[in-house]
Amino acid sequence: MSGRRVAVLKGGSSLERLVSLRSAARVEDALETLGYEPLAIDVGPDLVDRLRESAADVAFIALHGRGGEDGTVQEILEIVGMPYTGSGVLACIRTMDKVLTKHLLVQNGLPTPDFFAFNETAFREFGAAETLPAIERQLEFPLVVKPAAQGSALGIKFARSPADMPEALVSAFSYDEKVLLERYVEGRELAVGLLEGEDGVEALPIVEALPKEEYFFDFEARYEIGKTDYVCPAELPEETSQRIRELAVAVYRLLGCYGFARIDMILARDDEPQVLEAQAIPGLTETSLLPQAAEAAGLSFEQLVERLVELALARPAATLSI
Amino acid sequence: MSDRHQTTSHDIERYAGLFAKRTHQMRSSAMRDLMAITARPDVISLAGGLPDTSTFPPETFAALMGAIARDSCASALQYGPTEGFHSTKEQICGVMLEEGMQVDADDVIVTTGGQQVIDLVTKTLVDPGDVVICEAPTYPGAVPVFSSYEADVVQIEMDTDGMRIDLLEETLDRLDREGRRPKFVYTVPTFQNPAGVTLSLPRRTRLVEIARERELLVLEDNPYGMLRYEGEPLPPLFALDGGVYVLYLGTFSKIFSPGIRLGWLVAPRPVLAKIELGKQAADLCTSSLTQQLVDAYLSEGRWQQYVAELCSLYRERRDAMLDALAEFFPPEAEWTRPAGGLFIWATLPEFIDTHDLLAKALREEQVAFVPGAAAYVDSRGGSSMRLNFSNASADDIREGIRRIGKVVREQIALYGTFVGRAAANPAPAREDSEGDSGRRAERAEKLAEVVQLPPRKPQKKRQSEG
Repeated sequence: MSGRRVAVLKGGSSLERLVSLRSAARVEDALETLGYEPLAIDVGPDLVDRLRESAADVAFIALHGRGGEDGTVQEILEIVGMPYTGSGVLACIRTMDKVLTKHLLVQNGLPTPDFFAFNETAFREFGAAETLPAIERQLEFPLVVKPAAQGSALGIKFARSPADMPEALVSAFSYDEKVLLERYVEGRELAVGLLEGEDGVEALPIVEALPKEEYFFDFEARYEIGKTDYVCPAELPEETSQRIRELAVAVYRLLGCYGFARIDMILARDDEPQVLEAQAIPGLTETSLLPQAAEAAGLSFEQLVERLVELALARPAATLSI
Repeated sequence: MSDRHQTTSHDIERYAGLFAKRTHQMRSSAMRDLMAITARPDVISLAGGLPDTSTFPPETFAALMGAIARDSCASALQYGPTEGFHSTKEQICGVMLEEGMQVDADDVIVTTGGQQVIDLVTKTLVDPGDVVICEAPTYPGAVPVFSSYEADVVQIEMDTDGMRIDLLEETLDRLDREGRRPKFVYTVPTFQNPAGVTLSLPRRTRLVEIARERELLVLEDNPYGMLRYEGEPLPPLFALDGGVYVLYLGTFSKIFSPGIRLGWLVAPRPVLAKIELGKQAADLCTSSLTQQLVDAYLSEGRWQQYVAELCSLYRERRDAMLDALAEFFPPEAEWTRPAGGLFIWATLPEFIDTHDLLAKALREEQVAFVPGAAAYVDSRGGSSMRLNFSNASADDIREGIRRIGKVVREQIALYGTFVGRAAANPAPAREDSEGDSGRRAERAEKLAEVVQLPPRKPQKKRQSEG
């Protein structure tokens, strides 16, 4: 495998640009160590030309958020005919849109917190604000307001009362045209990394996020060292752990992911896990959860990167654009 | 193979356990990550605090560097004295004289940018938990310095006449009752960063009196004093006080170049002696090369002309920004009208969080500004923004403000739909709308309310219900 040229796609203009640059730097180092020839491409208007000029054998997509994780870059790679890491176009579309993910979960009987979703048009043109009291009664306070398509914690707000709603909605709409109003489920915050191996997809050890108490309602704190502690593997009874990992695999298959993914959940007080969202391209920085989980499973970062590249090259043609 | 190839999350944990307590205050945030996008070429950035160095003639720079290579190559490449070259300090005295301050070169220490002065003064004066007083909002770059020395920062509100000295006195009385004595007051009295306002003469006089009465040190940060676009200069605090309680921070960053990293401090000798020891520990000495560059440049005697050119350029850009704000920002927005410096401070309705607005502005309109919360140590400033007008062309400034105005109007209209009010018109104001400009003029009369900053919000985001 070594000696192959790998185009590492990174940066772009997504709000998660910096995380992407950090993920990519680490991937490039790992590829070099493995003997590949990494070629970094900061994605921009010249992407297609640069992909063609690169004559790369495979593309490693180290992009997060809009453009990189929503099927856009994947579609371009399909057209250019270059194999790439991670999920295909459709799975990216399904995971990037939290509302679509949740509809699919509900349709297939998988657990996810109750929700409603609106786009801006609903409020601007159809007077959807009139429905807020009914929604609030059904979901109850506190409830969570999220942009539908933002991968990081930006724009996620807790609303504790009707008075908090307008500001929370304006915040969320700053990040996307569609927002999700979700019942707040109290419980333990878990992330399950998934990685395909020889025997198909496998759930990695579960990571638990333990935000420090003063940052409990500050979602951005989940992404800052020192404000949240992470435990991997999470301390869970074997039976519970097994159930959660099986659920994660079911979600992965339902969404049609390929290569790897991360499923975020809440383990509610009644010991039942509820799926919050899926990440088609989980962070790959030093502090990201999926690499930590892989490590806990005995897989070094280099081995993880190599696995993803091999999977990209071995991807069955049929999965390319489903 | 380098070690970084081997980095694992366990290593991160291991290092994290070694970090000093004070580093807990130093962390990156999702918002700082967001600022990474502002550096992209397709983004109109009104976020930085950069002077326009493209105005400096390259041939002058080449001639000055050539002369240094010819005449003093060895010493330019050598270490220098910790306090700086005497000749550079003499030149600094000349610069200060331009602003009406008479100082002795022996009272000056040359530093690696003005930023180092803030660091050294805090390092020298502040123990963990000590109080440092500054303006609200304050220079965003000072906040991490104060936090890294674990200072307890107390911010004093401003209005169009700068820091509210009555509130300062109330605060000092309160601290006194609590048995706490602030170590120093940090202030940018002239064309403040970020608010753009200037401390009035009566308040300057009173601040200096208070410093004397209470034996309180004041660190006067004056990067923009010479960048005045209208009106008569006011005496610096240092000139009013004579350098007894006022420490003076100067810099070449805005009148020549920030790239040369050259600033200075004038302080009473006992303070200066300690600062010098602190500087020795920090970096031994300031760059010999850039000190010689400044010597050579200033002794040519044309620097005042260059500053005058910068003033006329920045005046035009400030006016372009003020015109664009009047044209494109909605009536709910208010902003300062600085007579100099590099910044305008705009405040939007309270329900707009400028962090989120920045995300929308970057995502939809490729335009950037600094969210106001960066200038506060508490949760205030969330609906304000700092706008820089020195480092973009008048056309880009106009276009940038038009784009920001557009996203602001959209957010206001959207909010209107949630609270059941009639939606504001999201379209930008017409260029030729006379009624609108009349209303603007009327609002200019209400300037005193403009910097009146929003009251301290309850820290609702940080509260846990258990």
